[in-house]
Amino acid sequence: MDQALITAKVKEQFADRILGASEHAGQHALTLAPGDIRDVLVWLRDTEGLDFDMLMDLCGVDYKGYDERSWRFEVVYQLYSLAHNHRFRLKVAVPDDSVEVPTVWDLYRVANWMEREVYDMYGVRFSDHPNLRRLLCHEEFQGHALRKDYPINKRQHLSRPVANLLTDDPDHA
Amino acid sequence: MDATDSTLISERLIVNIGPSHPITHGTLRIQVELDGETITNAGCEIGYLHRGYEKQCEHVFYQYVVPFAERLNYMGPCHNSNAWCYAVEELLEIEAPPRADALRVITSELSRIIDHAVCIGTNLVDLGALTNFWYLYGYREKIYGLFEELTGARMMVNYPRIGGVSLDAPEGWLDKCRAILGDMTAVLADVKGLVQHNGIFIDRTRNVGVMDPALAVNHGWTGPCLRACGIGYDVRKTRPYWGYETYDWDVPVYDGCDTYDRIMVRFDEMEQSRRIVLQALDKLPGGPILVEDHAVAMPPKGHVYNQMEALINHFKLVMHGIQPPRAEVYSATEGGNGELGYYIVSDGGPMAWRVRVRPPCLANYTAFPQLINGSLVADMASALGSINVIAGELDR
Repeated sequence: MDQALITAKVKEQFADRILGASEHAGQHALTLAPGDIRDVLVWLRDTEGLDFDMLMDLCGVDYKGYDERSWRFEVVYQLYSLAHNHRFRLKVAVPDDSVEVPTVWDLYRVANWMEREVYDMYGVRFSDHPNLRRLLCHEEFQGHALRKDYPINKRQHLSRPVANLLTDDPDHA
Repeated sequence: MDATDSTLISERLIVNIGPSHPITHGTLRIQVELDGETITNAGCEIGYLHRGYEKQCEHVFYQYVVPFAERLNYMGPCHNSNAWCYAVEELLEIEAPPRADALRVITSELSRIIDHAVCIGTNLVDLGALTNFWYLYGYREKIYGLFEELTGARMMVNYPRIGGVSLDAPEGWLDKCRAILGDMTAVLADVKGLVQHNGIFIDRTRNVGVMDPALAVNHGWTGPCLRACGIGYDVRKTRPYWGYETYDWDVPVYDGCDTYDRIMVRFDEMEQSRRIVLQALDKLPGGPILVEDHAVAMPPKGHVYNQMEALINHFKLVMHGIQPPRAEVYSATEGGNGELGYYIVSDGGPMAWRVRVRPPCLANYTAFPQLINGSLVADMASALGSINVIAGELDR
């Protein structure tokens, strides 16, 4: 299905909950508030004809200094449907790191690690995440490396290994 | 000793495997809880090869990301740099000339062949089958020879450019490429012949590391691992680029969902890549290898030395870079391990505001703790190899 049509369908269903829309090169994206992401994802996954069964990617973006938008971070969800071979992009506007985004790992298991990476790189927290530890940087690491105000040449001395990687429920690892 | 002796140690044992361990072929750390030799819980730590790739990309011009990109999946370097250039082209809404597209297909498919050769070879070494490794690495060396002749370098070739490729195939290269691809069938027959019906190999891989197809989709699996779960998803077919739709080839699909089929899929994919390259060599279109767009492509070096306009053009691109529109794009291509995605956010300047790489093996590896739960330690080794985690793209 054409992404313009998917945008229209989502707008029809969630008209008052959409904060923004963008389009470039035939790719559409809609921006939502953190509290709405799960509803929209579930709807996109379960609606016949849309069937977005794959979360291809989840990442963060820091828009500090980009433009006049009223939120600093965005969490970006790249969706794909195997059955229909169509894609769509959702974005969640996160004003600052005091606002938590609901986890979607129970909908898409891949989000477990990807949300950990967003937390690691931007400091955005995900509520109800089963194992919200840093993913790539060390646990001693200070700050969040992909934030625009984190200097690219900053060095940190890291020494201690993480002792325990096991989780009580093996599915949370 | 009496088997019921109560002094036998029966508590569970926590064992760290890696980050520097032969089976990880890199820098992965896996912690397992063992009951005897059976894994009862597992956790992974990644990031040992994290070098801030995405941060770097925000601090250099678009064209200078090309050599970085090749250090993601360094087992098949050209995938990543070709994909990066393609992503920026999508952002710019331009297309590379047909000859450049065909050369990208050739270099990408050659990269896939060596990527799979390394994956299969090292996976078999982990199972104790060293001979295959020599056969495959010997053949891989020939392909490196091709890369060296085409680009001047073996592994990190820095070959594509935004808007095309940097160099045309030298005299006689196409024939040499054909000849070397002709040798491949015998190599694959040798290696496959040693393992395909080999009882030890089958015992070690059949029904080992079994992944439920629905769970694989939920974990974002793509590439050979997903195609071994009976799902024939391949970006080259679903979202054709560089003219993949014009070649005659098949997507190999197996439905065993286990380590055995993940290896067999790769054997078949090497054969399909060979088919694609041979067709691309036969119908290689003529014409330029770089777009004639002064805002994107460097002028030919000869012109820079002799024409004022070309000299200015050269300086403009070096000093001010390529300036895409203020927009964002997600570009997907088929890398060695599956869907390689680049998400680029541009602020209109010469450096990307944000570059996100969707490394295929990150999604594949997220399922690993659950995949090995309940299996033997020895089976973990073969399952890990069959997922083909490349730390360069995993950790970025």
